[in-house]
Amino acid sequence: MGIRFIMMVNKQGQTRLAQYYDHYLSLEERRVLESEIVRKCLARTEQQCSFVEHRNYKIVYRRYASLFFLVGVDTDENELAILEFIHLLVETMDRYFDNVCELDIMFHLEKANFIIDEMVMNGCIVETNKSVILSPLHLLDSTT
Amino acid sequence: MSGPSIMETLFQRTLEDLIKGIRLQLIGESAFISKAMEEIRKEIKSTDLQTKSIALQKLSYLSPLHFVDMSWAAFHCIECMSSPRFAQKRIGYVAVSQSFNEHTPVLLLITNQLRKDLGSVNEFDAGLALDCLANIATVDLARDLTPEVFTLLGSSKVSVRKKAIGVILRVFEKYPDAVRVCFKRLVENLDSPDSRILSAAVGVFCELASRDPRSYLPLAPEFYRVLVDSKNNWVLIKVLKIFAKLAPLESRLAKRVVEPICDHMRRTGAKSLMFECIRTVVSSLSEYESALKLAVLKIRELLMDEDPNLKYLGLHALSIVAPKHLWVVLENKEVVIKSLSDSDSNIKFESLRLVMAVVSESNVVEISRVLLNYALKSDPEFCNVILGSILSACSRNVYEMVMDFDWYVLLLGEMSRIPQCQKGEDIENQLIDIGMRVRDARPELIRMARSLLIDPALLGNPFLYRILCAAAWVCGEYVEYSTNPFELVEALLQPRTSLLPPLIRAVYLQSVLKVLTFCIHSYLRNKSSGLFPFTDNLEGVVSESMSKGKTQEASDLPTPAQDDVFNPRISDDNPYEDLPLENNGEDSKFDSFEKNGFTRESIVNLLNLIELAVKPLLGSLEVEILERAQNVLGLIELIRQEFPDQLSPRKEILAKEESEVSKLIRSMNDAFCEELGPVSVTAQDRVRVPEGLVLEENLKELDTICGDIQPSTSSFFAPRYGERIEESLASDLQNGEDSEPSRESTSLLIEHRKRHGLYYLPSSASNDYPLANDLRSGENDRDETEDFVRLTAQSLAPKKKPNYSKPRPVVVKLDEGEVTLSVASKKPSSKYDLLSGVIQDVLQETNLMDKSSRKGKEKVSSDVPQGSKENVQDPEDPRREKSGLRKSKHRSHGKERKHKDPDQVDGKKDGKSERAREKSSHRHGRKKTRQRAEGPLNVSAQTPVIPDFLL
Repeated sequence: MGIRFIMMVNKQGQTRLAQYYDHYLSLEERRVLESEIVRKCLARTEQQCSFVEHRNYKIVYRRYASLFFLVGVDTDENELAILEFIHLLVETMDRYFDNVCELDIMFHLEKANFIIDEMVMNGCIVETNKSVILSPLHLLDSTT
Repeated sequence: MSGPSIMETLFQRTLEDLIKGIRLQLIGESAFISKAMEEIRKEIKSTDLQTKSIALQKLSYLSPLHFVDMSWAAFHCIECMSSPRFAQKRIGYVAVSQSFNEHTPVLLLITNQLRKDLGSVNEFDAGLALDCLANIATVDLARDLTPEVFTLLGSSKVSVRKKAIGVILRVFEKYPDAVRVCFKRLVENLDSPDSRILSAAVGVFCELASRDPRSYLPLAPEFYRVLVDSKNNWVLIKVLKIFAKLAPLESRLAKRVVEPICDHMRRTGAKSLMFECIRTVVSSLSEYESALKLAVLKIRELLMDEDPNLKYLGLHALSIVAPKHLWVVLENKEVVIKSLSDSDSNIKFESLRLVMAVVSESNVVEISRVLLNYALKSDPEFCNVILGSILSACSRNVYEMVMDFDWYVLLLGEMSRIPQCQKGEDIENQLIDIGMRVRDARPELIRMARSLLIDPALLGNPFLYRILCAAAWVCGEYVEYSTNPFELVEALLQPRTSLLPPLIRAVYLQSVLKVLTFCIHSYLRNKSSGLFPFTDNLEGVVSESMSKGKTQEASDLPTPAQDDVFNPRISDDNPYEDLPLENNGEDSKFDSFEKNGFTRESIVNLLNLIELAVKPLLGSLEVEILERAQNVLGLIELIRQEFPDQLSPRKEILAKEESEVSKLIRSMNDAFCEELGPVSVTAQDRVRVPEGLVLEENLKELDTICGDIQPSTSSFFAPRYGERIEESLASDLQNGEDSEPSRESTSLLIEHRKRHGLYYLPSSASNDYPLANDLRSGENDRDETEDFVRLTAQSLAPKKKPNYSKPRPVVVKLDEGEVTLSVASKKPSSKYDLLSGVIQDVLQETNLMDKSSRKGKEKVSSDVPQGSKENVQDPEDPRREKSGLRKSKHRSHGKERKHKDPDQVDGKKDGKSERAREKSSHRHGRKKTRQRAEGPLNVSAQTPVIPDFLL
């Protein structure tokens, strides 16, 4: 699927995780893009829909406690499927971290990245089975 | 600087320490980070790989979250990457994926490491390498590593194969020739019994097909099987996306998939899959009535849902279907209209877009009314979006949608009075444009302009200045249509005009000059023609543009019979029958003007008024104002000679009939009566550059000279009126109020207030005027959504063209260059061109090889795409397609043989010309790519590729 980037941003607008699949963006471009998106999405209320168009992306976002999960996709991507993907991602992390919270992601960013890498490749969702996603991670944990 | 000591290594901060440090730091985040970076720079030079990798890990943590540059550490990344320990290797790989791009100088150094890891027996090493390749693959990397990726595409380990499929998209993109090597294996993966591999493969094909659907038509049977068999919603959604692209290309395919898709739509409980089905049907299969009906039903469910997400998607689906099947939108009009006041701005915008899609010349009046009511209630931003879309819809193609310009002009006036309106510039442009293009709209235009100008409250709103500017121009230019020019002058000179920016004020003064000239001229002509019937008045230079108003006023026969004579004349060349009525209606108010027309007394009063108001402007610091004020006063000076204050009029005039002044006035009037027409946007191009004129190629130099001058925003219009409104329009509206304090005598203000008490607050003694249009917004507040719904219920309903009582007035159009040409369809980017070219090549090559190697065997599905045009009526068709579609897991040759004979016949029939073309085209590609693809082909030991996957 045409995922362009995945971001996790907290309520204060601080980026906690950012993964891009689009062509390479420079640090400055990313900074601008992130602040634009954060400004746009965080201002919205719970009652408003979870899809925002920005530049040539469509951003599908969902809020879990203090953390916003933002996924930028192509405009013709299935928004609801992406919402489900976000939920799957959260559930997977929940299973791994056992009641995941912002701090888990802060302190174990590489684990979170690992999970995302298992799920998404090159913007396509390649794995949706939670235990399959987590198995290499568990293996890694057991060896170190 | 030497590397860190043992001690430093021992007490190295871990990533966790760093993160804690950032959270607890007291010296400020950026200071802390730069300190940490210093440490990292030191540690990363360590010879100990563990120290190095932890430093790198910290760096790759800081880089994306705190925007720290890490390109300098490229070489260290490579060192970690080659570590034998997985944890360190992974740190290296993550860093590489994050920071490398095609400009990284050491990029080529990783090729070997990647190759080694791709070939590793450890599936996690291979997985890391594939992940990395998916992120950073360049042309070189893709070319060099194609053989490895090809091998992994057939890996027995699911996790590796899955990732290899994921990486293939990037490889194809960078190195299209890889298609020749890998395509067959990729297609084979569509047959995999493992759902994860299938899902990855479908995902890749979905991306590929979205770029160039035609190339993948031959694979339709595979996709069809997935569509029917798969239980995985993720996969189904992707396959639906593929079919949404393929179906429009091949009608038989569409017919085939429409049933399964409807099945899914009915059965599925997943909203995402249902929505994808809806989207596929409305975008690609909308000609199948039953499917469309079902989809519409489902859309309705979405629209009715409480969830804003579903509602948004429902509206989105409607906007996809709107261009082809308007009735779907009309069926759901209540929801759409109600959504205009939704709390979510995204939903509001979507429904506005939808409403604008429905608008046509038959319902533009009603829709504009509804939208305007919404605009009044909306927040400023959305209000202006609404106004903007009304303006652009109505002005599209030179107002092609507007049948009744009187209505439209009134609508523009109404828009101007909306308090939040910020579309001044657009409205200004349209007012002037309509004035120039539509002669029949001028009377209404001037009436509307009058009502804007006369209202002192409007002068307090800076957003309206542009509109007032246009109104003032209209009043001056088309004064002959005015029922009461004296009143216009009063409005143009009212005390609060001092609030206007100078350049717009200059337009006001210029208009005063025009009106004055017109009044004097009419007066003089009246006098000179004495009691002649008014029809005679019309002879002469100005007869054509002479207005009803003017003739009426000019007439010395204010008898009741006048109207009888008058009306037929009007309807002769003017469809505006309400004009005389209107005049009669206002008779009571302007009685004296009607009866007496341009009497000597009124002219003298006019002169006095102008003189009184304009004289103070001679002290103005603005050149534009000063100059125009001088002009006006100069003219008055001249005219004064004709009108010494108290003399008996009659003989005076008769005696001086041909005086200098009247000649002057006549020629001035003639000059002002010259019609200004619209100018083609391409006009400038047709002016030849005179010999010897050197046009500066590079206007950059100009910037340095006049860098601080703001470019005119309305330059589009500037050339149209020659030197008339010109510069004044280019003014910057916000640049402050008139520098000149209001020195106008308070008596003027008092008098104005007396005359137009209607527009003043009863008790206000100071200059505090109410905000423009408070009244209006108040009265509209009580409008309820239901009212609009009811209102639009009729308006949106499809109806026959309304019977307009009057024919559509002529709109002046220029033959060419006026309408913006539709933008040429965009070209696909060359990269995708290249890629699809190769894929088609591969598919065709396959056909050819098929033919040569297995004589007599015919391609089956490959002629689906190419033959689609020719063999629509082919009797063999359905069968052949069926055979293609039915074929699933086992593609035995025996099966093909069964169909051999009919196919062969077919193939000959329809493929002849096609093949000739293909041959010539692909021979090129083949020759070219041979040498390039040689390497990988040999290495892979799979050559020659004889993919029979097409069958």
